[in-house]
Amino acid sequence: MWDYTDKVKDYFFDPVNAGVLETANAVGEVGAIACGDALKLMLRIDPETEVIEAAKFQTFGCGSAIASSSALTELILGKTIREALSISNQDIADFLGGLPPEKMHCSVMGWEALQAAVANFRGETWNDDHVEGELVCKCFGVDAGQIERAVRANRLTRVEEVTNYTKAGGGCLTCFEKIEAVLAEINAAMVAEGLLAAAEAYRVGSVDPKSLKQKARPKAAAPQPIELKPVSEIVVAKPAPAPIAVGGDVAVLEKPVAATRMTTVQKIRLIEATLDEIRPFLKRDGGDCELVDVDGNTVVVELTGACVGCQMASLTVGGVQEKLIAATGLPLRVIPVK
Amino acid sequence: MPTPVYLDNNATTRCDPAVVEAMLPYFTEQFGNPSSMHAFGASVGGAVKQARAGLAALLGAEHDHEIVFTSGGTESDNTAILSALEAAPDRDEIVTSAVEHPAVLALLSHLEKTRGIRVHVIPVDGQGLLDLEAYRAALSQKTAVVSIMWANNETGTIFPVAELAEMAKAVGAVFHTDAVQAVGKIPIDLKSTAIDLLSLSGHKLHGPKGIGALYVRRGSRFRSLLKGGHQERGRRAGTENTPGIVGLGKAAELALLHMDDEVTRVAALRDRLEKGLLQRIPNCFVTGNPRERLPNTANIAFEFIEGEGILLLLNRAGIAASSGSACTSGSLEPSHVLRAMKIPYTAAHGAIRFSFSRDNTDADVDRVLEVMPGIAEKLRALSPFWKGAGEAPAAFAPVYA
Ligand SMILES: Cc1ncc(COP(=O)(O)O)c(C=O)c1O
Repeated sequence: MWDYTDKVKDYFFDPVNAGVLETANAVGEVGAIACGDALKLMLRIDPETEVIEAAKFQTFGCGSAIASSSALTELILGKTIREALSISNQDIADFLGGLPPEKMHCSVMGWEALQAAVANFRGETWNDDHVEGELVCKCFGVDAGQIERAVRANRLTRVEEVTNYTKAGGGCLTCFEKIEAVLAEINAAMVAEGLLAAAEAYRVGSVDPKSLKQKARPKAAAPQPIELKPVSEIVVAKPAPAPIAVGGDVAVLEKPVAATRMTTVQKIRLIEATLDEIRPFLKRDGGDCELVDVDGNTVVVELTGACVGCQMASLTVGGVQEKLIAATGLPLRVIPVK
Repeated sequence: MPTPVYLDNNATTRCDPAVVEAMLPYFTEQFGNPSSMHAFGASVGGAVKQARAGLAALLGAEHDHEIVFTSGGTESDNTAILSALEAAPDRDEIVTSAVEHPAVLALLSHLEKTRGIRVHVIPVDGQGLLDLEAYRAALSQKTAVVSIMWANNETGTIFPVAELAEMAKAVGAVFHTDAVQAVGKIPIDLKSTAIDLLSLSGHKLHGPKGIGALYVRRGSRFRSLLKGGHQERGRRAGTENTPGIVGLGKAAELALLHMDDEVTRVAALRDRLEKGLLQRIPNCFVTGNPRERLPNTANIAFEFIEGEGILLLLNRAGIAASSGSACTSGSLEPSHVLRAMKIPYTAAHGAIRFSFSRDNTDADVDRVLEVMPGIAEKLRALSPFWKGAGEAPAAFAPVYA
C-alpha cells in the first residue's frame, strides 16, 4: 500500500468538487485512459474579473490522482486566473501533505489541466511537452522525461550535472546506473543530431559511482559542527534547488517556480526557532541538534553529543521532524548527517 | 469495523496454525544442524526427511530425493533455468510464454542481454490461451530449456503443461514449469508426466514465507546455483532452513487433505462471486480462460475506472484484493499479463483479482457483493469516460494521448 497522508485519503474518499460543471466556460482535458490517468477540469470564469467562480473535475486514475484533482479545485476557487496560474504542482502536493515520489505525476496532471483550461478560456490550445518516462530517482521523484529535458536544454554530459539540475541521484544514489543509461542514451542521440561532439558524450561505465556519492553528499564525510550563525550563508553556500539557481537559460525545465507563501529565509528562521525550543530537552539528555541545510522540504540536521550513535537517534529525528512539521505546516523530512 | 475479508491468496496465504505449531520446536529444542553426526542433528534430519516425503506426495513425485528445498519460488525458477542452460552447452535458446512471472521473465531478459541467449516468447490469445502453433515452431534442437508456468498468478489460467512437456522432450529440451500458483490448488501427478523441473513456494499454500522447493526429475543433469556445502545432495548449498522445511512439509500434507475442498467448495465461492458481480455491475467482464483455470482465482475487469481507487475503497470496507493496474505498482503500464491478452486499456486498468483459499466462507462473498457495486458506481461518477451502462465511452479530447 502507498504511504498516503490522511489528507490524500480524505480527498480521495470524499472528494470536493467532483462532477460535471454544466456552466463551464473553460475546460481542460489532459491524460488518456491508456496512460492510466486522465483529468477533465471544468471552470466557470468571470469574463470581466477573470475570477474562478466555480470549479469541478472528473478524474480517471488512482487515489492520489483523484485527491490531487480535488485539491486543485480547492486551491484555485475564488482566485483570479493570474493567481491560479502561479500555483505549482508542488503546491498541490503540499496542500495534500505530500505525495509519494512515484505519485508526483498526479499533481503534475492537475497543474497541466489548469494550463489547458485557461488556454481553452482564452481560445488557445495548450501544448504540452510533457513526456512521462520511467521513474528514475525515487528519492526525489524524477522521471526520465525530466532528465531528458534538463540534459538537452543544458547540454549535460555528466551524472553529477544531472543531479545538480534535476536532483536525480541526490539521495541514496541506487539509481546511478539508470541515470547513467538515460544520460548516455540522450547524449548519443544528441551526437547523432549534431548537437554534441562525440568526444563529449557520456559513456556508460566511465565514472565510479563511489566517487560520486561523496561529491553528492560532502557533509556526510565530515561530521564537524557547522556554524549556524549567518543564515543567509547557508542558503548561498549550497547548490540550491537546481534548475532555478543555474541561471537564466533553463526555461525549458521548469514547471513554474513554487508560489511559496514562505521565503526560504523565513522557512530557515522558523526551523531554527523551533530547534531552539527543542534544544533544552535534548541537552537534558546530554545531546544536541544543529541545523546543517534546508533543501526544499528536506531538513538536514546534525546530532551531536549523546545523540550520536545512541539507540534513540532515530527516535530523536522522528520527534524533531514532528515538531518542525507542526511549527511550519510544511511536509518536512528531517535527515541526520553522520 | 466489519471482520476483514482476505481475498488476496495468490499474493500470499495465511500460514496455517497447524503449520506454525509443527515449526515451533525447530526454533527451540530441535535446533540441531541436520548435517551433524550427533543426536541433535539426527532428529532434525528425520524431520526434514519426513517433510520431503510429504511434499513428494503432494506433487506425485516418484522419489522423495527429487525434491530440493530452496528459499522460494524465485530461487527455484532461477536455479531451474540457469541449471538447464549450463547443462546443455551446445544449445542456446529458451522458450517461454508472454505471461510468466517476473521471476522468469526478468531472468530471461537478463540472459538475452548478457549472454546472447535467444528467447522465444510465445504469445497468448484474448483468453490467455497459449499459441500452440507458435510454441511448436519455436522448439528446435537449439532449445536448451522451456519454462512455461502451470497456472497464471493473475488470471488463474492453466496451461496444458503435460502436453507441452512431451513436445519439449521430443526435441531433447528440458521442460521447467513455474507451478507456484498451481501446487496445493489442483491435483498434480508428476510421475505420469515428462516435466523435468518444477518450482513451488511455501507461502502460497498456507506454509511459511522464504521456503520453497524445486522438483528435479531423477536422472536430470543439474548444476547448483549456490556453491558451498553438500546440503540437498550438493544441489543447494547452505544449512537447511529446518523450521521452514518442516512447515512446508506440514503445509503440503494439509493441502493434500484439503484438495477436495479447494476444487469444489472454494471453486463454488469463486463462481458465485463472479456471477454476482457480473449481475450487479454493468460493463465488467471476467478475464482469462473460464474453462481451464485455478478454482480459486477470479480476475474481473471493470471498465472506465482505475484499479487503485477500487482497492482503496475495498480496503476501507475491510476487503483485501489486488489489481494489475499500473498505479499500484508505481509503473505506468498495466499488467504485462493483461496486455499480452490484449485486454483494452479501458478495462485493463480496472482489473481486480479476487483470490480465494480454504479459509474463505460464503460470508466473504456476500460482503464483496454488498460493497462492490457502490464502489464501481462512486468511481464511475468521477470518471470522465463513463457515460452510463452499456454506453460507449464519453468523448474525451485530451491534449496528449
Ligand atoms: C507464478 C509465480 N512465480 C513465482 C513467484 C515468486 O515466489 P516467491 O515469492 O516464493 O519467490 C510467485 C509469487 O508471487 C508467483 O505467483
